[in-house]
Amino acid sequence: MSAAAHGETRAVRIGKMLLRAALLGLFAFFIFGPLLNLLLWAFAERWYFPNKLPSQYGFTFWERVFNPRGNAMASLVTSVGIAVTTVIVCLAIAVPAGLALGRLQLRWRAAIMLVFLLPSAFPNLPVYVNIARVFYELKLAGTVPGVVLVHAAHGLVLAVWISAAAFASVDKALEEAARNLGAGAWRCFLTVTLPLAAPGIIAGGIFVFLESLDEFTGTFFVGVPDVQTLPLLMFNASMGGNYQIASITALLLLVPSVGFMLLVERFLKPNVMATLGR
Amino acid sequence: MTSPPDQPPSRTNWAGMALVSPALLVIAIFFVFPLLASVVSAFQAKTGEWTLANFDKSFELYSGDVGYTVVIVAISTAVVGLLSVAIGGYLTLGTNPRAQAVLRWLYRWPLFIPFIVAGQVMRTFLAKNGLLNQLLIGSGILEPLAAQSYLDWRGIVLAFVWKQTPFVALMVAGAMAAIDPAHIEAARNLGAGRLRILFGIIIPQIRRTLMVGLVLSYVTMLSVLSVPLMINPNSPTMMTVDVAYRINAHGDYGVANALCLISLVLASVGAWFYLRHGVARKGVQ
Repeated sequence: MSAAAHGETRAVRIGKMLLRAALLGLFAFFIFGPLLNLLLWAFAERWYFPNKLPSQYGFTFWERVFNPRGNAMASLVTSVGIAVTTVIVCLAIAVPAGLALGRLQLRWRAAIMLVFLLPSAFPNLPVYVNIARVFYELKLAGTVPGVVLVHAAHGLVLAVWISAAAFASVDKALEEAARNLGAGAWRCFLTVTLPLAAPGIIAGGIFVFLESLDEFTGTFFVGVPDVQTLPLLMFNASMGGNYQIASITALLLLVPSVGFMLLVERFLKPNVMATLGR
Repeated sequence: MTSPPDQPPSRTNWAGMALVSPALLVIAIFFVFPLLASVVSAFQAKTGEWTLANFDKSFELYSGDVGYTVVIVAISTAVVGLLSVAIGGYLTLGTNPRAQAVLRWLYRWPLFIPFIVAGQVMRTFLAKNGLLNQLLIGSGILEPLAAQSYLDWRGIVLAFVWKQTPFVALMVAGAMAAIDPAHIEAARNLGAGRLRILFGIIIPQIRRTLMVGLVLSYVTMLSVLSVPLMINPNSPTMMTVDVAYRINAHGDYGVANALCLISLVLASVGAWFYLRHGVARKGVQ
């Protein structure tokens, strides 16, 4: 590298620096431009076409969204309620499965892991369409339990993978030490294995929570017309031309997603992400 | 993860199966069954007899949209792949640590942003008075009167690329970081340029990761409803919008499922690659 640098004149170096800065600036605009535009709409009182920027800013629409008796607050409560229930249902099923796949010797382990790979290799639209059809017969369409079931099934795959990886990373020697000191199998699991696997399981739980909070297609088919989650509210506002309400709702959905992205580096390094899905 | 070659004791095996079975049951009921139901329904008339009429109708009404979908998803996948390799390549081979740090901080932002929000964000960004046009006008590339909205196939591609690149780039950058630096150093000492190292040394070693990322992304884009619904709901549009329309406006599950089966065939090309490589990998470990 340095051999090349010696031969470079100052002009070439400055040119390279400018090019690098311009490319990075363009990329930054590509990433943040859309988000900035959303932010502008969230605070715009009035914005018509020839105007480059909103002609008036304000909080009128925020007051409407955060009105305790408004649609948006009701949707937020519905969304969070569904997401929390989904996490509980999902982990109750995924943690035992993860324990078995990550810790126990299973005869058909490879085949079972393959089954949990399948859902991400197929489009989910046909799945939602036909679940909605069955749920309609079972009177589950348009109900919160129906939506929770769809979200839980969707989140299960990721939750199983992550908890299997979490249990697999627990050091067996620690369990053996506990057993040698006289702890029973249950006690050993509750006081050694589970606490050590907990960070991974919590990460899986957060993933499932976010997936459920953001889920659109399944709710669109199964939840109509009675279950209105935040993404559906946002969609309806946007299609109705109310960009302010849509943008504020979008911001509400953005905050947990971006927060999680910033936090996730602590427990999911790129090299771990690279192994997901294999 | 190790899987010992010797057979596990059957008691452990049964306990393990008991722990896994609820999860398997959920996959069977909420994934396998609806998929099979979709395939069966595609070949059934409303009265229940077997027919190919749904496919005739699908091709008659929507063959244009099938092509439109394939083109959009193919372009998006290609661009995501190119950008991911460029980002990963610069993070691995770049010579300016500060620029690398900025890039590393920049590229992940849309990672967990849901498609529906990406749709809304792009609806504002690509509109006639959106910030993209203002940048183009401000920098003199575009006449103010020539400003147009980009909310057509270009909008869908941009939304897909914006949302999917961080995911694939994260996988690719992770795989590139795991390459033995000695390989790169050796090539450098032999006088290979950076592009040559990227294409000759690095990409062959991360090809599999790149492909898995692109296939997952391809299948996801094929079945996203919210982005085309928000950016370009009018004809020509993507097949997912047609599926929703057949069901919501006509209650026509036959044609909807025929369209689903067509997209399933498109996806299975990708799924075949994915599973083949996934299993091959599991076999090696």
